[in-house]
Amino acid sequence: MNAQDTRHKSSVGTEPSYRFLGRVLLKAALFFLLFNLAYMILDPLPHLGRLSLYNHLLPGRLRLPYSDDPSRSFNMSIPQLEAMFASHVIDDTRKTPDEYRVILIGDSSIWGFLLSPGETLAASLNALNLKSADGRLIKAYNLGYPTMSVTKDLLLLERGLAYDADLILWFVTLESMPWGKQLQSPLLELNPQATNDLIEQANLPLVIEQGQVAANDWWGKTILGQRRELADWVRFQLYGFAWAATSVDQVIPETYNQRMEDLPADPEFQSYQEGELGREELAFDVLRAGVTRAGDVPLVFINEPIFISQGENSEFRYNFYYPRWAYDTYRALLSDVAKEEGWHVLDLWDAVPNAEFTDSAIHYTPLGVELLSESLAKRLAHP
Amino acid sequence: MTLVEIAIVTALATGIAFIPNRIWRGWLILITSTITIYVLQPAVPLRNFGFWYPTMVMALILGTWLIVRPRESSISRQDRAALLVTVILMILIDLSRRFPQSLQIVAGGSPPLTTFIAAMLILMALAWFLSFWSWVRRAAPWLIAGIILAFFLTQKSLTIGLSFSKGMRLVSGQSVELASPLDLTWLGYSYIAFRLLHVIQDWKSGRLPSLEYRNFISYVLFFPALVAGPIDRVERFQGDIESTIRPSVQNLLEGGRRIILGCFKKFVLADALALLAMNEVNAPLVQSTGWAWILLYAYSFRLLLDFSGYTDIAIGLGNVMGFTLPENFQRPYLKADLTSFWNSWHITLAQWFRSYVFNPLTRGLRGVISREYTWFVILSGQMVTMTLIGLWHGFTWNFAIWGIWHGLGLFVHNRWVSYRRQTITNARSGRFASMQRVVGILMTFNFVSLGWVWFALPTLSMSLQTLHRLFGL
Repeated sequence: MNAQDTRHKSSVGTEPSYRFLGRVLLKAALFFLLFNLAYMILDPLPHLGRLSLYNHLLPGRLRLPYSDDPSRSFNMSIPQLEAMFASHVIDDTRKTPDEYRVILIGDSSIWGFLLSPGETLAASLNALNLKSADGRLIKAYNLGYPTMSVTKDLLLLERGLAYDADLILWFVTLESMPWGKQLQSPLLELNPQATNDLIEQANLPLVIEQGQVAANDWWGKTILGQRRELADWVRFQLYGFAWAATSVDQVIPETYNQRMEDLPADPEFQSYQEGELGREELAFDVLRAGVTRAGDVPLVFINEPIFISQGENSEFRYNFYYPRWAYDTYRALLSDVAKEEGWHVLDLWDAVPNAEFTDSAIHYTPLGVELLSESLAKRLAHP
Repeated sequence: MTLVEIAIVTALATGIAFIPNRIWRGWLILITSTITIYVLQPAVPLRNFGFWYPTMVMALILGTWLIVRPRESSISRQDRAALLVTVILMILIDLSRRFPQSLQIVAGGSPPLTTFIAAMLILMALAWFLSFWSWVRRAAPWLIAGIILAFFLTQKSLTIGLSFSKGMRLVSGQSVELASPLDLTWLGYSYIAFRLLHVIQDWKSGRLPSLEYRNFISYVLFFPALVAGPIDRVERFQGDIESTIRPSVQNLLEGGRRIILGCFKKFVLADALALLAMNEVNAPLVQSTGWAWILLYAYSFRLLLDFSGYTDIAIGLGNVMGFTLPENFQRPYLKADLTSFWNSWHITLAQWFRSYVFNPLTRGLRGVISREYTWFVILSGQMVTMTLIGLWHGFTWNFAIWGIWHGLGLFVHNRWVSYRRQTITNARSGRFASMQRVVGILMTFNFVSLGWVWFALPTLSMSLQTLHRLFGL
């Protein structure tokens, strides 16, 4: 019997001691510490975000992930930009020579609130089978994202440019333009580094306050510190199965509160009184940064359609969001700045009839989206 | 239970394991189990029922013990001490409402001490008064079993539960209109009821050993098995708690392994599968047959991993303290027939029903039905037992059909085995037997999985629609 056999026999035949137990616990603790250290050094979360079941095992999503009710919508808001884009169908679609790629940037109206993925503006444009001037088939991709801030749009535009777009359609409205609203999007708050880089590169007059920046200390870099982000990434991948099985990514209730027809007699827009809203108050610099970033890719700003109330106090206000004076001022400013800067702007503010709005002054019914896409198609064909 | 709660309970179990004295270990298990039932009871909208539900359990335990304890002996000093300790514990738990919110033991508040003491005195006076009638004394086991079952029905039948809730709301001066199923969340009551009924039944049949009150409470409320079982037998538990063998490093390692394995199964695998498993939200929306099967299989494994994960945690906690709780799952999806499946799925529940429903029922039927109708005895036994197991999960048509589904399956398997015994005499070759086994596993797994369609979904129409989808109809 050799030494190895003897050792084996004794380990099998005897009851493990407390010293053995202590060694096991010590080794486990050491292994855990080393694992965390390696995790801190490697910082794998951004790379992990690129790994996705979507577009491989599961079909890609037709719009960026967003949801307040994950268990019923099979979708969730996930702050990791890499994971968001890796789940989008644009990440998997190789551009063919006969494709004219259009990306749509904007708020919840473009993302398609209360619309199924097949009813959004991008889907509606695709259904028209439009051709570009050079005969290529126009394929639109929905990179809209709820919450109203053009800085949030700029962040997504920057990422979207990686996908070789031929045209960018950036839908804007007054509500997403004031400087005070710019950093109020959770997507920006949860991506402080990317937002800060964006602000610095575009030299925007925005400051991320300390409270808005997520902790970036050593603990936040460990696997324990990032457990929430990791769990979200895993959950997001797993929701893809139900998405693939049902094609549902949003809960659309059968009934909901309709957009407000009768309006309060409130002359203020946010905190601005009539006459106070000027060019400096609105984030045209962000739009300018977008044009710069787009470079050679044509970019068209579209003033998105709004609900125009006929109800009480409609002589003062267009809708819940906008007093008439404020919205008229914004339209005039947008037009003036566009002329000065040489931007392409389409003003489609009244392109959708009143009946085709749903729960807010900027959310459309499926028919409203169809009307908008037809109107857009005509304008794009005959600029 | 959350991971934090499991960590705390594991630390407590480890602490108890290192108590060298058997008696002190017993007391600590009693105290921990009693406090645990109050701590883990979720808050309910019914005023102070976060306190009253566990307190009602304590009253039922005492009532049951008074019935099953040996009549010839008076209550021992040890038992009086256990009673005193539990009463003091309940008073302290009640008084914890005066602590800051974060330190309060009972979620959702507890009643004033005077109310608690008054309720106890009224209950004791009532019991003392009733004990004067000999027929009440004779009927006491039936009475207590009836109360246990009545509370059980409030948990399983929404109609009865809501009536109970409305009654309690009237008593406590709360709005009757706001009665809801949320009022009925009573932690671990199903398992507690089954343990108490098992004890009463074994006492009636003369099989019950003499039980100390302290050990009896610990058996019913044993904190590792409070939330999800297993349903242990009191004779076996008594052996463990009376054992003088000190827990060993081997116990700690094995217990730790089971706890970690259980946490992995529950919190990693089962919770992940829950996001894609079939449920009432995704089932009506599934667009293809293939995906319907994927979601159904995900549900099958999710259910197994969730439940067996909790069982692993319970068994592991028991191991740490030197207890050997019974296994509840033994690779049920790898069984080649439905009978074997039910011998390896929720084993302790199936054994309970076998002991207290199937065996007495079939014994009784055999006494009145001739041998040529044995098939009818088996059919009746299987159907009644499995329907009751179905209804144990809730009084709904879907659970009843799930039970009938399995009852019929077990009956068909029984007849098939009987037929094969009579007709096939030659042993099959090894290869053929292996193939037969694989086919059996696949058939059993799919039969069980299809049964989950009734179990997982809330309505008959949704289940039927899903079955249509599964078969591409």
